[in-house]
Amino acid sequence: MLIKLTGGAVYDPASGIDGAKQDIYIQDGRIVDKPAGDFKVDKEYDLTGKVVMSGAIDMHTHIGGGKGNIARILLPEDHRADPVARTDITRSGCGHAMPSTFVTGYRYAEMGYTAGFEPAVLPVNARQAHMEMADIPILDKGGYVLMGSDDYLLRMLTAKKDQKAINDYVAWTMQAAKAIGVKVVNPGGISAFKFNQRKLDLDEQNSHYGVTPRDILRVLATAVKELGITHPLHVHGCNLGVPGNMNTTLDTIQGIGGLPMHLTHIQFHSYGTEGDFKFSSGAAEIAEAVNKNKNITIDVGQILFGQTVTASGDNMRQHANHKHASPNKWVTMDIECDAGCGVVPFKYKDKNFVNALQWAIGLETFLLVDDPWRIFLTTDHPNGAPFTSYPHLIRLLMDRSFRNEVLSTIHPEAQKMTTLASIEREYSLQEIAIMTRAGAARLIGLQDRGGLSAGNWADITVYTDNVDRQLMFEKPDYVFKDGELVVVDGKVVHTKWGTTHVVKPDWDASVEKDLQKYFDRFLTMKLGNFKISDDEITEDGRGSLTVHPLKGDVA
Amino acid sequence: MAEITEVPSPFCGIGTDDLTIQVDGVLLKVVKNGCAVNTPAFEQAITDIRPRVDGKEVGLDVAVTKAAALLKDTNLPVIGGCATDVNGMRALLALADRSGAVVDNMNFTGARNNFLALQDSGWMNTTLAEVKNRCDLLLVVGVDLEGFSPRFFERYLWNEESMFLEDTGKREVIYLGKAPSGNASTSPSGQKALVFECANEDLPDVVAVLRAQVKGNPIRVDSVGGIAVADLQAIADKLLAARYSVVTWAADALAYSQAELTVQTISEMVKDINNQNTRSSGLPLGGKEGDQTANQVCGWTTGYPARTRFSSGYPEYDPFLNDTNLLLANGEADALVWVQAFNAKAAPPVTSLPTIVLGRSGMTFAKEPDVFIPIGTPGIDHAGHAYRMDNVIAIRLKKLRESGLPSTFDVLNAIEQAL
Repeated sequence: MLIKLTGGAVYDPASGIDGAKQDIYIQDGRIVDKPAGDFKVDKEYDLTGKVVMSGAIDMHTHIGGGKGNIARILLPEDHRADPVARTDITRSGCGHAMPSTFVTGYRYAEMGYTAGFEPAVLPVNARQAHMEMADIPILDKGGYVLMGSDDYLLRMLTAKKDQKAINDYVAWTMQAAKAIGVKVVNPGGISAFKFNQRKLDLDEQNSHYGVTPRDILRVLATAVKELGITHPLHVHGCNLGVPGNMNTTLDTIQGIGGLPMHLTHIQFHSYGTEGDFKFSSGAAEIAEAVNKNKNITIDVGQILFGQTVTASGDNMRQHANHKHASPNKWVTMDIECDAGCGVVPFKYKDKNFVNALQWAIGLETFLLVDDPWRIFLTTDHPNGAPFTSYPHLIRLLMDRSFRNEVLSTIHPEAQKMTTLASIEREYSLQEIAIMTRAGAARLIGLQDRGGLSAGNWADITVYTDNVDRQLMFEKPDYVFKDGELVVVDGKVVHTKWGTTHVVKPDWDASVEKDLQKYFDRFLTMKLGNFKISDDEITEDGRGSLTVHPLKGDVA
Repeated sequence: MAEITEVPSPFCGIGTDDLTIQVDGVLLKVVKNGCAVNTPAFEQAITDIRPRVDGKEVGLDVAVTKAAALLKDTNLPVIGGCATDVNGMRALLALADRSGAVVDNMNFTGARNNFLALQDSGWMNTTLAEVKNRCDLLLVVGVDLEGFSPRFFERYLWNEESMFLEDTGKREVIYLGKAPSGNASTSPSGQKALVFECANEDLPDVVAVLRAQVKGNPIRVDSVGGIAVADLQAIADKLLAARYSVVTWAADALAYSQAELTVQTISEMVKDINNQNTRSSGLPLGGKEGDQTANQVCGWTTGYPARTRFSSGYPEYDPFLNDTNLLLANGEADALVWVQAFNAKAAPPVTSLPTIVLGRSGMTFAKEPDVFIPIGTPGIDHAGHAYRMDNVIAIRLKKLRESGLPSTFDVLNAIEQAL
């Protein structure tokens, strides 16, 4: 079957195409060159006046794993306000802050997204993350495995094991958990909380292991680089949410010594201590550091006003933040000498000084970082806001007068503490396409995704150009996933199953000898039962694995 | 004859995965690391192979067709039991969504004590490896822990080595409410657990006083539920002195009205301890026969735990009104589907409604159901996934033998397709 998309304005940053009118041909799920000679088009879509981008990729969204399911179970009242009925082709479920898996897939697709990546896959909970993501229709998915507070790594650091040994362990863990990246959350801090430490600065030692967050970041970032993992170490830094944490973030950037590093939801780590409320924006300083240090990428973790729920691996900071829980109920867990989690419902209010300034800090960050290839559009779903608010966020970035209109309604003291009103920048469609497509695919190392040139999988979103960018991005005319039409006029018309993206870095077999002993001595399951096998992903007949090359691999 | 090692168990809730099982055709024998719960559950012989319709043996396709016909024109079928693996629950929820059914896990009335507390105020909990390596004081509230799980102490308290304790034998164990039925809680060096017994219905008062003492509030009585307040004060002092205490309970053992308030008091007490410069965690017991599995899968599929109805076209959770027994008793339900892949003894409630049973081979009935389909047991007859009591770890269940029994998923999926 040959499909032709005719005459749309194509925004394909991966090929350097910025709004040129161009036809696209699809065959067997992939984009192909215009066939030579005579050929028959089986189905043609007239896209005159339409905007064409590849399917959007959310590179940081909590869509699979235990803490998200705790968040669901915790908030029946939130679901009741947004029930989703079944149709002939879609399953029922719930929406709003932490939607059910099926609804997650439908609503992402209905906004033109075709892939989402769970950033906090705990090794011991990786099965659950993959099982939940296996129940998310349409989207491709993948996960970053969470390390850095796992006892095994910390004891390796205490014992001053060499980098090679750490690389083997990281590679082994990635394969055991079926990951495409490595994440670290409050490096060593999740472990420290279990020893009753309530804060952990970049250079503060874990009281048991004598290891600092700086040490952990350095060895993990090195491991990721030396293993050839495309996605840089994905870092949720120390001191999330603490006024003054911008200095920690700046130190973290300096301390990594030029190694590739991705700082996630940086908005939550960009706070100063100026002003009457001792809470101020550090966005300008952070953006300057990001602009200067080309090894650094960030995503923003924008907050938007309204009810949501925060679900994080950072049990230490979530415990501290429980004072702000709204409604007042919350969960923390210590998990298997491996990790932890904390789930705290939040209601961000535009009339609350801190929330209002958080909103402004996120937007300042977006607008002050120059290179759209190194910044990514996230709300850290659901932590800053549910992913369904992306079209609104895109409008805030693309439409200065709209932005300033909203700005004029937030807490007046927060308005005085932000430079937002004076920032003229408006994102272009091409910049949005970079942040949400080409840049994300490049950052994660997805082969044949995030672009519209021949050879790419045909994940394609078609919008009607509209000066109201929220309306435009809320309701694509068409979404194709692997060449199949799944959405028309913002509604799912057909469902299918996406693939799971992974990498498979090599490790030395000897690493399992020590791990085997360690599992038998200290843990609660056998090593052989811990590792996730390929068939666990594929045996239901819906899932598949797509293995991406490592840096240095010959394609 | 084959011997399979490192076999994980879906029966005991604590995720033991070190069993060695001898397989002789379809006969299983636990030859290593068995216990009073797991050994009989694994070794139970297969009796029925063939499905039955109206008591007569038929082929699977006939039984599936009949089941679909019974469900076709129902208004409110109830799918009870819900004791199966992750894939089984997936198919069960798909069928419920399709047929507008109620989904109700058979252990939910007990588990409700936890869900109501969780959904009202939350908790700070832990998992088994943290217990194994960190716990220096275990407070057991209202449950006979070794009766619940015979190997709990051997695996998670009296383990020879731990990461963070010099001598695991020095851990302290305190029982509040129920006394232990045996000596598993006695440390290897002979240190016996402290036991403070009271009647079940006095537990709310007892834990309320204990929480007050943890917070340093004055108590104006000398005893509560027959336990001296001074003894409770000693427990409170130990909780505050411990580095990582763990408080455990079993929601279904708190078998009295409004026991969710007891779970809430325990959980809030744990939070209070964490506000006094030390660490403490809760550890709710459960995870047997797929109860955590049912709630987890229902959680991600609908947003709600496994007492949820689909009769409006979308999921609606009600921890009281969606109770199978209630719906059968008050005449709301018009058909019953009972799914129990683990326990042949957990037969469905007796009802005059059309009844379809997917049960473990060997299930016997007071009243023969309209359709009975013997299904395979996850972790024996087919591979699968089941959640352990601490809800974080899904264990990978192994296929041990070739019995030909279909999985819950296969059968429910076939019924859904036939609708």
